[in-house]
Amino acid sequence: MNFEPKILGFLCNWCSYAGADLAGVSRIQYPPNIRVIRVMCSGRVDPEFIIQGFQTGIDGIIVMGCHPGDCHYLEGNYEAEMKYKMVQKFLKFINFDNRVRLEWVSASEGNRFAEIVTDFTRQIKEQGPSPVGGKSPDSMLLDKLNAILLAIGSYRMRALVGRERIITEFENVYGEKVPLEKFDDIFDTAIRDEYLRHQILISLSNDPKSVKDLAIELETDPSVILKNILVLKNRSQVNMEKIVGVTPIYTNIMEG
Amino acid sequence: MPDKISEEKKIGVFVCHCGTNIGGLVDCEKLAEYSKTLPNVKYSEHNLYTCSETGLAAIKKAVQENDLNRVVVASCTPRTHEPLFRECIEEAGLNPYLFNFVNIRDQCTWVHMKDPEAAYEKSKDLIRMGVSKAEKLEELEKIIVEVNPSAMVIGGGVSGINCALSLNNQGFKTFLVEKDKELGGRLKELYQVFPSDKQASELLNELVAKVKEAKNLTVYTSSKLKSVNGFIGNYEIEIEQRNHNVNLNVGVIVVAVGATSYKPLSLFNYNSKNIITQLELENKLRDNQIEANDIVMIQCVGSRNADREYCSSICCMTALKNALIIKKREPNRNISILFRDLYTPGTIYEEYYRKAREAGVLFIKYTPDKQPIIDKSVVKVYNQYINSEISIPFDLVVLATPLIANNDNRELAQLLKVPLEENKFFLEAHVKLRPIDFATDGVYICGSAKWPADISESTTQGLAAASRAGTILSHKTIEVEGATAYIPDWNKDLCKGCEVCIKICPYNAIVKDENNEIQIIQALCKGCGTCASTCTKKAIVIRHFTNEQIISEILAFGGEKVA
Ligand code: FES
Repeated sequence: MNFEPKILGFLCNWCSYAGADLAGVSRIQYPPNIRVIRVMCSGRVDPEFIIQGFQTGIDGIIVMGCHPGDCHYLEGNYEAEMKYKMVQKFLKFINFDNRVRLEWVSASEGNRFAEIVTDFTRQIKEQGPSPVGGKSPDSMLLDKLNAILLAIGSYRMRALVGRERIITEFENVYGEKVPLEKFDDIFDTAIRDEYLRHQILISLSNDPKSVKDLAIELETDPSVILKNILVLKNRSQVNMEKIVGVTPIYTNIMEG
Repeated sequence: MPDKISEEKKIGVFVCHCGTNIGGLVDCEKLAEYSKTLPNVKYSEHNLYTCSETGLAAIKKAVQENDLNRVVVASCTPRTHEPLFRECIEEAGLNPYLFNFVNIRDQCTWVHMKDPEAAYEKSKDLIRMGVSKAEKLEELEKIIVEVNPSAMVIGGGVSGINCALSLNNQGFKTFLVEKDKELGGRLKELYQVFPSDKQASELLNELVAKVKEAKNLTVYTSSKLKSVNGFIGNYEIEIEQRNHNVNLNVGVIVVAVGATSYKPLSLFNYNSKNIITQLELENKLRDNQIEANDIVMIQCVGSRNADREYCSSICCMTALKNALIIKKREPNRNISILFRDLYTPGTIYEEYYRKAREAGVLFIKYTPDKQPIIDKSVVKVYNQYINSEISIPFDLVVLATPLIANNDNRELAQLLKVPLEENKFFLEAHVKLRPIDFATDGVYICGSAKWPADISESTTQGLAAASRAGTILSHKTIEVEGATAYIPDWNKDLCKGCEVCIKICPYNAIVKDENNEIQIIQALCKGCGTCASTCTKKAIVIRHFTNEQIISEILAFGGEKVA
């Protein structure tokens, strides 16, 4: 049987949703895989929605908003773009970055809307079904998606992405701007750290483990694991449960 | 309303055939049957046209007979029909926000015409998603704000004065704030104006006389805006007039700050003696001191180039008008106009061009890659028709320079929270649909603040802004969107006061109050939802687009979380 992907679209009310309606009025045909959730502005799309969508086994997710400068709420689409970039970086860890897209479609671009949906559907078909969907979902991948969900929901990531434009585009009171590249470095490091930390937390909430066990399970250097365990200990998220021989065993104390 | 939350959900689903638009492709009866199998759906039916009198009556009847408290219509698009159905269920006694729209026409049957089966499956999914959101909908109140029936017009040029006079005549208390010592704006600098050929001073005197007579109008000259707080209907303004502050309370604000004439300091050897601008020429014309015999006018100086791409729109007419004034006084003077393109739209303006030709004004086209060169006593210009350079002797060169944005526009834009376009002129909400409004409700724009405009255009826009403002000021109260952002009581503890929301809100709707707590000013919020998806502690909730509602739609499509 042919693979018919499940595609979810978040469309802003003022441009993209209107563009999608125009495709209808003009009877422009496109593949029937997409289901649309209307939001007032692309800025409303919480990065968590995208991860939560993938957790249900949806194969591809597309966010559409007004062209830069055209957002009905002035700048919501710029905020959407910041969040989208972050989500994409996280999804790269699990090879899902080609399953999301962000596009600008205006109210007059019915054609463009249909073209994008057609192309995105083709792209998702080529990638095949999401390993998370179907009858026997990949449980390792689900743990990773969960780690991503928790990481992007963390105060640190939300504060960083929420401040990105303030930090890089607007000068601070001393008239200085942080160059985008420098911010990107900070951002990338934070993404790597938080992803790993939440993987550790999820693994430890399944059962207590040593650094060595974690290193093997998460395919990461033990010294890096240890460094992050210490951060998590400082944040009071993990604790040393016991010592077996000379090996400390850690546990997640946040849940349960 | 705790009893409302726990109240049993009874959803009614109405599937519209839309004639054959939907029903011609998918089986609406089956869709209605399918809807009945969904959680909390107590009633469903299919109608030939749900938006017709009969269809609306059917909804009302079903709501009353089955005690429904949520309504879902699966048909065309919320963008056109949501208000109608909201009104309908309100008449049936329900809060209008307990309605949800499912688009199975514009985004389904119309675009999958060759695949009826897939369209049917998609319709089912969309209805399921719509029902699951409907179940989570909550009653909302429209926010009512009182309107202070008074206006502030910033800028006392021709558009601002006309706007203020019209507001005054409509009976609204009006404050006209001008940064200069006197009213008049650019009009003060002009000699005769087109198309009436009236003296600018005469026109200005008439306007000023009317301002003096106006009973509801107060003028503040030498005044500058210092701060703006509040929202549509209720603005608190502080202006500074000669070192002391004045506080004003108004319902609406009109931006009529006009524009600035560009001085071509480094172009064409400009020296303001024998190489002058059209504006300086106006002064000479007024004082009748043109001695020059050979006059060369150069158009598009400092405009329509890489720095300033736009056409200033008034310069062609200014040059034609001034050339004609000179020719009328002294028909033997030689006038050449070097132009790139000549824009004289409409019959009256075109007539100026015809008359100028009849009067013997010479028109020579130049191209931007071969700019005219001023060389001691001649202007050299390449003429493409004879494919060679010609030299025109001159005693006086007149440069047509554009109107440019005022250099304090940025400051004002930030005070008012309204946008500027790339050339720093003010940007309207929509070039065709809302040309006199800003995206921010209750703030309007007219005249050259938006784009270089001549006097009749500025007058038109000033009057238009006054009537747009009147649509608000004539009401005691107005309704503003109820689907706004707020921090529910049970989320108050979550907020850490990080202030990211304050910085990203495009409407200044979020502030910290005297207790250092985040407040979202309901009348200012437009419900875009960006603050909620940014809030570092996920404390902010967007009414009508809550996380819960959106996630329920995701789950209804994707299936329960696999994890
Ligand atoms: S309204 Fe379309 S992106 Fe903001």
